[in-house]
Amino acid sequence: MTDSKYFTTTKKGEIFELKAELNSDKKEKKKEAVKKVIASMTVGKDVSALFPDVVNCMQTDNLELKKLVYLYLMNYAKSQPDMAIMAVNTFVKDCEDPNPLIRALAVRTMGCIRVDKITEYLCEPLRKCLKDEDPYVRKTAAVCVAKLHDINAQLVEDQGFLDTLKDLISDSNPMVVANAVAALSEIAESHPNSNLLDLNPQSINKLLTALNECTEWGQIFILDCLANYTPRDDRESQSICERVTPRLSHANSAVVLSAVKVLMKFMEMLPKDLDYYGTLLKKLAPPLVTLLSAEPELQYVALRNINLIVQKRPEILKHEMKVFFVKYNDPIYVKLEKLDIMIRLASQANIAQVLAELKEYATEVDVDFVRKAVRAIGRCAIKVEQSAERCVSTLLDLIQTKVNYVVQEAIVVIKDIFRKYPNKYESVIATLCENLDSLDEPEARAAMIWIVGEYAERIDNADELLESFLEGFHDESTQVQLQLLTAIVKLFLKKPTETQELVQQVLSLATQDSDNPDLRDRGYIYWRLLSTDPVAAKEVVLAEKPLISEETDLIEPTLLEELICHIGTLASVYHKPPSAFVEGSRGVQHKRIPIHIGGSPSMGSGFGAPAAVMPSSLNAPVGGGLGDLFDLGGGVGMPMGTFVPPKTLWLPAMKGKGLEIMGTFARRAGVIQMEMTLTNKAMSVMTDFAIQFNRNSFGLAPAGPLQVPTPLSPNQTIDVSLPLNNGGPVMKMEPLNNLQVAVKNNIDVFYFSCQYPISMLFVEDGKMDRQVFLATWKDIPNENEAQFQINDCHLNSDAASNKLQGSNVFTIAKRTVEGQDMLYQSMKLTNGICVLTELRVQTGSPTYTVSDRHTHALWVMIPARAGV
Amino acid sequence: MIGGLFIYNHKGEVLISRVYRDDIGCLSTPYPSWERNAVDAFRVNVIHARQQVRSPVTNIARTSFFHVKRSNIWLAAVTKQNVNAAMVFEFLYKMCDVMTAYFSKISEENIKNNFVLIYELLDEILDFGYPQNSESGALKTFITQQGIKSQVRDKDEQSQITSQVTGQIGWRREGIKYRRNELFLDVLESVNLLMSPQGQVLSAHVSGRVVMKSYLSGMPECKFGMNDKIVIDKQQGKGATSDDSAKSGKQSIAIDDCTFHQCVRLSKFDSERSISFIPPDGDYELMRYRTTKDIILPFRVIPLVREVGRTKLEVKVVIKSNFKASLLAQKIEVRIPTPLNTSGVQVICMKGKAKYKASDNAIVWKIKRMAGMKESQISAEIELLPTNEKKKWTRPPISMNFEVPFAPSGLKVRYLKVFESKLNYSDHDVIKWVRYIGRSGIYETRC
Repeated sequence: MTDSKYFTTTKKGEIFELKAELNSDKKEKKKEAVKKVIASMTVGKDVSALFPDVVNCMQTDNLELKKLVYLYLMNYAKSQPDMAIMAVNTFVKDCEDPNPLIRALAVRTMGCIRVDKITEYLCEPLRKCLKDEDPYVRKTAAVCVAKLHDINAQLVEDQGFLDTLKDLISDSNPMVVANAVAALSEIAESHPNSNLLDLNPQSINKLLTALNECTEWGQIFILDCLANYTPRDDRESQSICERVTPRLSHANSAVVLSAVKVLMKFMEMLPKDLDYYGTLLKKLAPPLVTLLSAEPELQYVALRNINLIVQKRPEILKHEMKVFFVKYNDPIYVKLEKLDIMIRLASQANIAQVLAELKEYATEVDVDFVRKAVRAIGRCAIKVEQSAERCVSTLLDLIQTKVNYVVQEAIVVIKDIFRKYPNKYESVIATLCENLDSLDEPEARAAMIWIVGEYAERIDNADELLESFLEGFHDESTQVQLQLLTAIVKLFLKKPTETQELVQQVLSLATQDSDNPDLRDRGYIYWRLLSTDPVAAKEVVLAEKPLISEETDLIEPTLLEELICHIGTLASVYHKPPSAFVEGSRGVQHKRIPIHIGGSPSMGSGFGAPAAVMPSSLNAPVGGGLGDLFDLGGGVGMPMGTFVPPKTLWLPAMKGKGLEIMGTFARRAGVIQMEMTLTNKAMSVMTDFAIQFNRNSFGLAPAGPLQVPTPLSPNQTIDVSLPLNNGGPVMKMEPLNNLQVAVKNNIDVFYFSCQYPISMLFVEDGKMDRQVFLATWKDIPNENEAQFQINDCHLNSDAASNKLQGSNVFTIAKRTVEGQDMLYQSMKLTNGICVLTELRVQTGSPTYTVSDRHTHALWVMIPARAGV
Repeated sequence: MIGGLFIYNHKGEVLISRVYRDDIGCLSTPYPSWERNAVDAFRVNVIHARQQVRSPVTNIARTSFFHVKRSNIWLAAVTKQNVNAAMVFEFLYKMCDVMTAYFSKISEENIKNNFVLIYELLDEILDFGYPQNSESGALKTFITQQGIKSQVRDKDEQSQITSQVTGQIGWRREGIKYRRNELFLDVLESVNLLMSPQGQVLSAHVSGRVVMKSYLSGMPECKFGMNDKIVIDKQQGKGATSDDSAKSGKQSIAIDDCTFHQCVRLSKFDSERSISFIPPDGDYELMRYRTTKDIILPFRVIPLVREVGRTKLEVKVVIKSNFKASLLAQKIEVRIPTPLNTSGVQVICMKGKAKYKASDNAIVWKIKRMAGMKESQISAEIELLPTNEKKKWTRPPISMNFEVPFAPSGLKVRYLKVFESKLNYSDHDVIKWVRYIGRSGIYETRC
C-alpha cells in the first residue's frame, strides 16, 4: 500500500470530489478520502470547507479512520468552533470505551481542540480519566490538565483539577508521576507565586524514587522540576545530589545535562571543605566530556552549556583541554564553540599546546573560524603573560601569510596586546606598517591608526602614514574617523613642530565638514584644549590608560548565575535569560542559585533574593541609613551578610528617553557593588552603555567599565552589577552619601543622583581591639559625639549584634546595667575613619539609644546620617 | 515544550506537519497562519539559506527552530518557549530511530508512503509537546503499518499493552518465548587519534559501544562484567593473593566514563559498579564508554612531504602495524590529501593499490589485509599547476581507515550471566557469542 499518491492530486474541483467520496457508503472509500484530506492539509491547502463531511466520518469503529478524523479536527476546530461541538458526543462516548487506548485517545484529542465551548464538556470525562484504573489513561489525562489550563486556567482551578494532579505525584505508576510533574511544572510557571508544586522533603523523596523507574523523558521532567527546589540545608542538598549523580551515566544526553543542572545548583549550598564537595566536582567532568561524542547538534548544546560551566567553575574541566581540540570534519558551529572553550581553559600549564593548535586553525578555510582563531591567539597573550611573546611571534608569522583577513584580525589583537603590555613589543610596529595598504575593514584600520598615534614618537614617518588616511577622510567609517582625529592630535602633541598643518587639517575636517555630532564634538574639544592650554591638552590626550582586563566577553555574574539554573534549555544555548526570547508570562521569573548558609535549618526557601524590607519594623531617623540594617525582622539571630536595600527607581523612563534604571548598592565579598536593573522602554535598541560618577564624599568610582552584555532590545530588562572602588576624586557632598551618576548610551547621556547606605563603606577589618576601643573612645572629644534614638525595634541585643556584624559593625563588648544592654561597637570606613558607638537596648522596650564618637571632626555628620 | 514538528524534503516542501501548541498570540487569526508562517520561515531562513548552516538552533522572530538532517530530509521542531534543548534533539534522534524501525530508510518516498503511520506515531510519542514512551519495541505492539487491529483484541491484551507502555520496563513485553535462548554481544570500538608530524600523540581516545542482540525467553535478569579497573581493584582489595592481582591488574582498563541504555539500573552501577538489567528483546546498545589511557594504536603513520620548487611535491608515507603478528587488520585505507592545483600524480606503493582521486583531492591507498608487526610504504610525486593565488595550501591531515579484530582499549568481557527464575532455563543453557571489532574513528596524522 503506498500512500504517496495522496500527495499528487491537484486537480480543480478536488474539494467537490472529496466531498462526494467522504459521504460515500463504502468504508474503504471514506477512509481513502480522509487520507487525501489529511495529505492536502499537510501541504498547506485549505480543506476547512469539508469540516462537516469529515466529522460525519467520526462515528466509526475503525480506529485508524477515527485517528485521522481526530487529526483533522485538531487542526480545523478553531476555525469552525460551532461545528466542532458536533464532535463532542462522540468524544464523551469514547471516554467511556472499554478499550483504554480509545479512552486515552479521546481525552488526548479533546484537549487539543482549543475551542472554549468544548472545554466545559471536557471536564467530566477528564475527571473520570484522571482516576481511571489504567495508567495509560491517567498519564494522558495528566497532560490534558495542562492543555485545559492553557485554554482556560480559571476553569481548571474551579474544577479542582490541580489537586487531583497533585495527587498523581504519588501515583504508583512512574510515567503518571512524570507527566503529572511536567504538567504541574508548566502550570506553576504561569503562576509564579502559587507554590503549586509544593516541593517539600517528602514530595522530593517521592520524585527521587520515581526518577529510578520512569522513562528517559520522565527523568528529564523530574530532574528539571527538582532543579527548582531549594534544599533546606546542606545535608539535604548532599543527599539529593547523591541520588541524582547516577543519572550522569544515562545514555540520553538530556538526562545527563539536567542532572548536571541540579548538581551545579545544589553544590552551591555545600561547604567547600566537605569531602563530598570534592568528590562531586570530580564526578562532573567525565560525563561532560562524554557529551562531546554525541551527535553534532547535541554537542553544540553541550558546548554552549560547558561554556557556562567553565565560567562558573573552571576547576571542573581544567585538565580536559585536549577534548576541545577541533576535529577537521566537525561542523562549523561545533568548531567555533570549542574554540571559545579552549581560550577559557587556557592557562600557563597548557598554553604551548593551545597555541600550536590555534596556529593550525588559523590556516583553515572557514573565514569566521580563522578570524576567531587569530583573535584567540591574542586573547591567550593577554590572559597568560608568560605566553605573550610566543603569541606575538605567532601573530607575526600569520601576518607574513598576507592573507587579508588574517592580517587585519592580527592587527586588531596586537593593538590589545600593546595596551596590556606597554613598552614591550613595539619592535613589531615596522612589520605592521608594511601592511597598512591591505587593511580595508574599519576595525583593523582604526586599530592600526591607534597604534601609529600612540607610538608616533617611534615611527619616523608617522605624519606621512596618518596623512595618507586623511585623504579619504569622509569615506571612512565613524570609528576610523574618531581614531584618526585622536591619533593626529596625539602626534601633534608629541611632534608639534612638523605637524601643525596636519592637525589644522583634521580639526577642520572634523568640525566643519562633518555631520557626525560625536566627531564634531570631539574635534571642538581638542581644538579648544589645544588653543587654550596645550599642557592640559597633553595631560588629557596622552593620559595614562587603565589596564585592560584579562578575560574578555565573560558573562556578567548575575546572568551567569541565572543561566546556570537553565542548563540544558534554550536559554543556555542562546546565553540569554528566557525573558529575552520568550513572550508573555512564561519563564520571566529569574532563577537564582541558592547560597551556602552554614547549615542553618531554620531558613526556608527564598534565599539569594535580596532581603525584603519589613515595613514599620523600625523608624529610621534618616532614610537609607544604618537603621535599615535592623530590619528583615522576625528576630532571626544569625549573620546574614551585608544588608542590601531593595532597588529603588533612580532614573525614570520619562527622563531617560526610554531607559529606566532601578538600583541599589551591596557589599559582596568585600567589594562594593552597584546593582542596577536596566529596562529599555523605548522603541529602539540601546547599545554602547557607559557610566561615570561625579566626585563624591568617599571617592567612589567604577572599578571597571559597565558591562552590559547584549544590545538592549525594546522591552528587555537586564541586571548588571558594577564593582566600585574608592580610588576616585573626593569632594564633600550634601547629603554626604549622595552620588551623582551619568549613564551614557547610544541615545544620550543621562544624569541622576542616588544615595548609598553608609554601611556599604564599612570594611571587613573594622573590628577594634578592646583596649584600643577604650582608649580611642576617651580620646575623641565630646563635640564629636552624637546621640539619638531608634524606635520600634524589636530585636534583642544579641540578635541586633549579630545582624550588625553581617554589615561589618562589630560588637567589641557588652554589659548589662540596670536592665539595659549596652553594646559597644566599632566600624571602619573605607577611608580609614573609625566610628565607635554605644548602643543601649532597654530590654522589653522597642527603643534603642545610640551615642557615637568618631575619630575625625570633619566627619561629624556621618553617623547621624547613618542613623545608628 | 515542543510547539510543532515538521518534516521537509530537500526542496523545503512540507511532508509532515503536526502542531501541538499555538502558544503565540494568534488566537484571533484563523488557524493556518502561524503554522504556515513558521513553516515558511524555516524554509527561507534555513533550508534555502545561501550560507552553510551556522547553528542547529535558529531563532526567527522569537520562534526557535531545532533541526536535524537525515540524508536530504529535514526534521524541525519548533517552539516559542524556553524548552530543554538537549531533550528536543534527543527526541528528534529518537524520532528518526522510530521511523527507521518502522520503514528502514528515511527518505521522501518512504515518508510519503507512510504519512498516516507517522501522524499516528507523532500523536503517540509526543503529547502536548511532551515526549512519551518512544521505544519502538513497545510502540510496535499497538501501532502497525497495516492499521490497527484493535477490534480483535481482548481486554487482557489491551491492558497488557498499556501496562507495558507506561510500565517500569517499558522496553520489553512479557511472555516472550524462544526455543533456543541466544545472546550476541559485540564490543565495537572506534579508535581516534590526532598525531603531530613528529609522531607525538596530540590526542587519542577510544569510544566504544557494547551492542547486544538478545533472544531470551521470559523476563531474564542479566549481569554483565568486564575488566573495569575499579571493579578488579575492589575485588583484589577483598583479599586475593598478590600473585593474582599482579596478573589481573595488568589486564584491567581504566574507563573514563560510560553511559547506559535505560534498562540498566544506574543506582546499582553507582553504588556497586555492577551492570545489571532486564534486556530489551532483539537489538540494542547496552552501553557506551570512553577510554584515554593505555590505548593500543593499531597503526602508526609516518609522513614526509617535501616541496620541490613551486610546482612539485614529493610525498612519502610509511605505515606500521602495531599489534600481535597473528592478527589480521582489514579494509585498510590511507588518504593523502593533495593540493587543489594538482595536475598529475605518480604513485608507487609496496602493497595494495593506490590511486589519485581528483574529485576528492586525495591519493587513496587501499590494502585488503595486513598482519601485525609489519610495515609498508607509498611514495608519490605530485605535479602542481602554477597559481598566482597567495593563499597557502592548508595541508589537511592524512587520515586512515581500518578494522582490527580486537578492542584497542584493551576491554575484555569477563562474564554475561542470565537468570530467569520463572522459566526452566539456566545461565548454562544460553548460547552466547562475543566478538570484538576495532575500527578507526578519526585517525589522523598531520603532515
